[in-house]
Amino acid sequence: MAYLTDRKRVEGLGSAKSGTHHFWSMTVTSAALLILTPLFVFSFGPLLGEPHADVVAALSHPLRAIIAALMIVVSFHHFRLGVTTLIEDYVGGQARKIAIIAMIIVSYGLMAAGLIALAQIAL
Amino acid sequence: MADVNRGNRPLSPHLQIYRPQLNSITSILNRITGNALLLGALLIVWWLIAAATGPEYFAMADGMLTSVLGDLVMLGSLWALWYHALGGIRHLIWDTGRGLDADTADKMGWGIIIGSVALTFLTVIAI
Repeated sequence: MAYLTDRKRVEGLGSAKSGTHHFWSMTVTSAALLILTPLFVFSFGPLLGEPHADVVAALSHPLRAIIAALMIVVSFHHFRLGVTTLIEDYVGGQARKIAIIAMIIVSYGLMAAGLIALAQIAL
Repeated sequence: MADVNRGNRPLSPHLQIYRPQLNSITSILNRITGNALLLGALLIVWWLIAAATGPEYFAMADGMLTSVLGDLVMLGSLWALWYHALGGIRHLIWDTGRGLDADTADKMGWGIIIGSVALTFLTVIAI
């Protein structure tokens, strides 16, 4: 006997009310990172240890700035989701809520800081 | 009387019960590398902020990242990045229902370990 209404079944949302959203977000961001990671490693890597003027000139190039900006946004989003799972697995009770909120602040804080720094360099 | 036995229920086998094997080790490493990458990401964001701030502050931050300790952290982060990327590919393959038998999972596990080290060396040589 089906307790779910047809609409509930189509929505695919159980008692957690989020369905497969977390899983799907991880799938999408990981696929994006498979493209972004090599691009970022080989555009950012050579800049480490270079003089300030060269670094600013390189990051002012739109393509490099776009790669870096996308890497920052997507990777910190991916990290936020991953670290949430980590906390949910090992931390319980009130500490879990505090830890998850703290890591959301860290993730978006670093994302914003990286983007602002990039904007100041590139513009 | 729903929770008379709270805290004293039987547990299913877990980390300390199972003998370590390739699949569990590579899975645990995937979690560790993914979360530990926060350190490398934090340093790179700091380096970007330093580059936006000015030449003197940048020289200090860049010096830290290219010091012996900085090099070690960056090299470790690079390996973690490749390891996590390859581990992620394995998960994307598993998500399609393929490669879930022990033999294929083991082969992919060795692929991740050897591949991540190889990619790290190649990247260091190429950069």
